[in-house]
Amino acid sequence: MNSSYRNQFFIAIYFAALVLLPAANAQAPVLFDGTGPVVFDFQAAGSADSIPRSQLITPEDLAKSLTAATTPKPLLLGVGPRSLYAQAHIPGSEYMGAGSSDGGRKQLLHRVKALPHNTAIVLYCGCCPWDHCPNVQPAYDELRVLGFSNVKVLFIANNFGTDWVDKGYPVAKGE
Amino acid sequence: MRSRTVWLIALVAVLAVAIGVVNRRWAPVHKVGAGSGGESKLAPDFSLTDLDGRKLNLADYKGKVVLLDFWATWCGPCRTEIPHFVEMQNKYGTNGFQVIGISMDDDAKPVREFYQQYKLNYPVAVGDDKLAERYGGVLGLPVNFIIDRDGRIYARHLGATDVSVFDQEVQDLLAKH
Repeated sequence: MNSSYRNQFFIAIYFAALVLLPAANAQAPVLFDGTGPVVFDFQAAGSADSIPRSQLITPEDLAKSLTAATTPKPLLLGVGPRSLYAQAHIPGSEYMGAGSSDGGRKQLLHRVKALPHNTAIVLYCGCCPWDHCPNVQPAYDELRVLGFSNVKVLFIANNFGTDWVDKGYPVAKGE
Repeated sequence: MRSRTVWLIALVAVLAVAIGVVNRRWAPVHKVGAGSGGESKLAPDFSLTDLDGRKLNLADYKGKVVLLDFWATWCGPCRTEIPHFVEMQNKYGTNGFQVIGISMDDDAKPVREFYQQYKLNYPVAVGDDKLAERYGGVLGLPVNFIIDRDGRIYARHLGATDVSVFDQEVQDLLAKH
């Protein structure tokens, strides 16, 4: 690419950035309630994006492994919100409490403390889109720090309803 | 020709990024009743106690357009929507519009702290799985219902939704008398 075309290319990218970056870096909304400004400056609650892809399992694959007669079943641990688990959860899974809460992580550690570190464990939540889930990563990190080497996380792209229940995979209700 | 190719490549790159931005913002909308070909159901009534200790009965809002927001303090997309709901309450409240927040947090403490910190201008109560099931299941957050003046569910939004969608639906319903 000669310098003239290169310059045109970068000019085009520059204008694109002028249009898109302000939207991506929007300031926190500020409202006025009559007494002063209220700045909604909260950050996103969490993200599961840093869990290695090799440690993820898709709903389809997990559902297949759960229904296959010969495959050993992993220990399934729900680390999402209680209300979600009560409405619908994977049969045979145990509810630990939200992975983002101290109580949830404490319950998780209590559950696994006597288990061999090579126990096959699958953590799942499904509260929110994957890149906003505040629960699976803290739970995953706790187990990894303890030395559990066979931990996978159910990759739920959107939410448990869309990616598990609506797909017709096995569901149980209640706590 | 080569100059055109360069601009074309740049345009494709811009479109690809724009599509990525759009896909992260828009979520499925399920329109019930008007426009969907189906009969809209009455929104299930409920009677809760809001964070200020007052009774919160959906039936008391018949005659108003209601945005019923199932959310939680730990839900990032939910928190992003809330400033817009506060704005909508300010903008349309005198025209017969009401936002109601139903938190799906496990307990009220973080909800109360959030409510007070961000000075929400609409009633918020803590819900449970029973209420969620009556609304067809809240198996992910946020879930928002737009309820018309007759108490019927006009639209259900699962996941983060662009505020302009809510705004348009509310305006459409407020215009009907």
